[in-house]
Amino acid sequence: MIKVEHLTKRYAGHTAVQDLSFEVGQGEIMGFLGPNGAGKSTTMRILSSFMPPTSGRASIAGYDIFEQSLQARSHLGYMPENVPLYGDMRVTEYLNYRAALKGVPHRRVPERVGDVKELCGLKEVEKKLIGALSKGFRQRVGLADALVHEPDLLILDEPTSGLDPNQIRQVRDLIKNLGKQHTILLSTHILPEVEMTCSRVIIINKGRIQACDTPENLLGGIRTATGIVLEAKVGTDNGAEQLKQITGVRDVTTATEGDWQTFSLRVESGADVREQVFQMAMMRRWSVRELSQRKATLEDVFVELTHAE
Amino acid sequence: MRKFFTLFGREVRSYFYSPIAYIVLVFFLLLSGADIYFQLSFMNGKPVGYSVQEAFFNSIFFWFAFVLVFPLITMRLFSEEFKLGTIEPLMTAPVRDWQVVLAKFFGALFFYIVLWLPTLLYFAIFQFVTKQPAASSTGAYLGSYLMLLLLGMFYISVGCLASVLTKNQIVAAIISFCVITLLFFLGLVSFIVLDVDATTRQLLGYFSAIEQMGTLSRGEIDTRPMVLYTSMTIVMLSLTHLAFQTRKWRL
Repeated sequence: MIKVEHLTKRYAGHTAVQDLSFEVGQGEIMGFLGPNGAGKSTTMRILSSFMPPTSGRASIAGYDIFEQSLQARSHLGYMPENVPLYGDMRVTEYLNYRAALKGVPHRRVPERVGDVKELCGLKEVEKKLIGALSKGFRQRVGLADALVHEPDLLILDEPTSGLDPNQIRQVRDLIKNLGKQHTILLSTHILPEVEMTCSRVIIINKGRIQACDTPENLLGGIRTATGIVLEAKVGTDNGAEQLKQITGVRDVTTATEGDWQTFSLRVESGADVREQVFQMAMMRRWSVRELSQRKATLEDVFVELTHAE
Repeated sequence: MRKFFTLFGREVRSYFYSPIAYIVLVFFLLLSGADIYFQLSFMNGKPVGYSVQEAFFNSIFFWFAFVLVFPLITMRLFSEEFKLGTIEPLMTAPVRDWQVVLAKFFGALFFYIVLWLPTLLYFAIFQFVTKQPAASSTGAYLGSYLMLLLLGMFYISVGCLASVLTKNQIVAAIISFCVITLLFFLGLVSFIVLDVDATTRQLLGYFSAIEQMGTLSRGEIDTRPMVLYTSMTIVMLSLTHLAFQTRKWRL
């Protein structure tokens, strides 16, 4: 559905995107992750034909974004970051206008606009001025706009930014549902969201792809091992030293809170030393009030891939 | 063609959504109303050798209102889209650059025509009140309004170009105001600077909106301004299109 080959975008002085290549297949929900300024929006703007790349090629539904820009754009629903909208139009009026602009046949406009209003929960504000809408509703108008011409592909630039947790959940569910019929490329900072919605993830940093895989594989291949947390009263023992002697434990950090100490253990990849920790606590007569395994999240992957200089 | 009309419709409607449109309409009607009032009072006092149209379209009032109106109706055309970022959804929809440029141009031209429509009423009222046959021919009406249209097209296209160059509406307004005023006064140079030779004087005369209006409002349909302003409009719109395309490389 999307094919990107060696895409590079240079601005005066710096390179926003460098030699990007990836593919998004039919029906996939691809998450696009990266810190601010990593080149996510730039890539999405290039794919939506809003700006040309410095070099490289990309195609959408088989249409080259540069040579056959108009066809590529008709197959694409794009929601820009911050969702710029005409504040002086009313919701239905705006969607009618966008549908006509995107070539929805005249007879089908009311039906399509009705459908997307229903889908995005805009019925209650359909007669309101867009300028008077809250951020959450504006976001939904943007999404409805992206969907109105039944595109095969959706590109959503931070669809949940600036929303409250309830709205985030609504938008996330909506995206999940849309994924049944559409191919979606979405960018976000919110990592649990990606774990929940995306079938594949691209992590990009400083304009380069750092990783591109399914969330499960990314978590599996993580070099930061999963951790174990032990909260115990160790008395006069040096808990950290003791725990380090367990095979598989790489590193222990300690935090003290009154009599209680919290030990965070970093262990070798795949190792589960909870049993050994428990045995040690038994043997040395430590009182334990928590022993748990911390599962690595995409956040760990993200930090690992984008933070290390 | 449907996309053009969709864009055109949005442009025209957006004029009437904004308070600027009504302010311009009121300001314009006040000035043109004052214009016809003073012209008629003057003509009432003593016999004159010209017609109502000539008087109306050649006064200081008229030109003052005329030159001021263009920056106001063109400044927001592109600048506002750049500023609000709405250019992004607009240009990622399957529309061509020239469709957007033409829709904006014709949208502004439409508003400009609406601005002038009430002035037709002045002449109708004049006829009604005086109960006299028209003091001048249909040619004079045709000529005056043709000149308005031609000059309007050209100045609006200048305004389009100014607006596409910046995301700041005020800057766009200042650029178009300066350019339009300069173009307008180009025709007056021969009145102010007296020691110019005949050729230069004649050449400048070709650009003099005041002289052309004088000719056309008498009912003499001159084709030279038609060619001049139509071709200049096309040049300005081509430049606007070109400048609009460069946004891709400026981003």
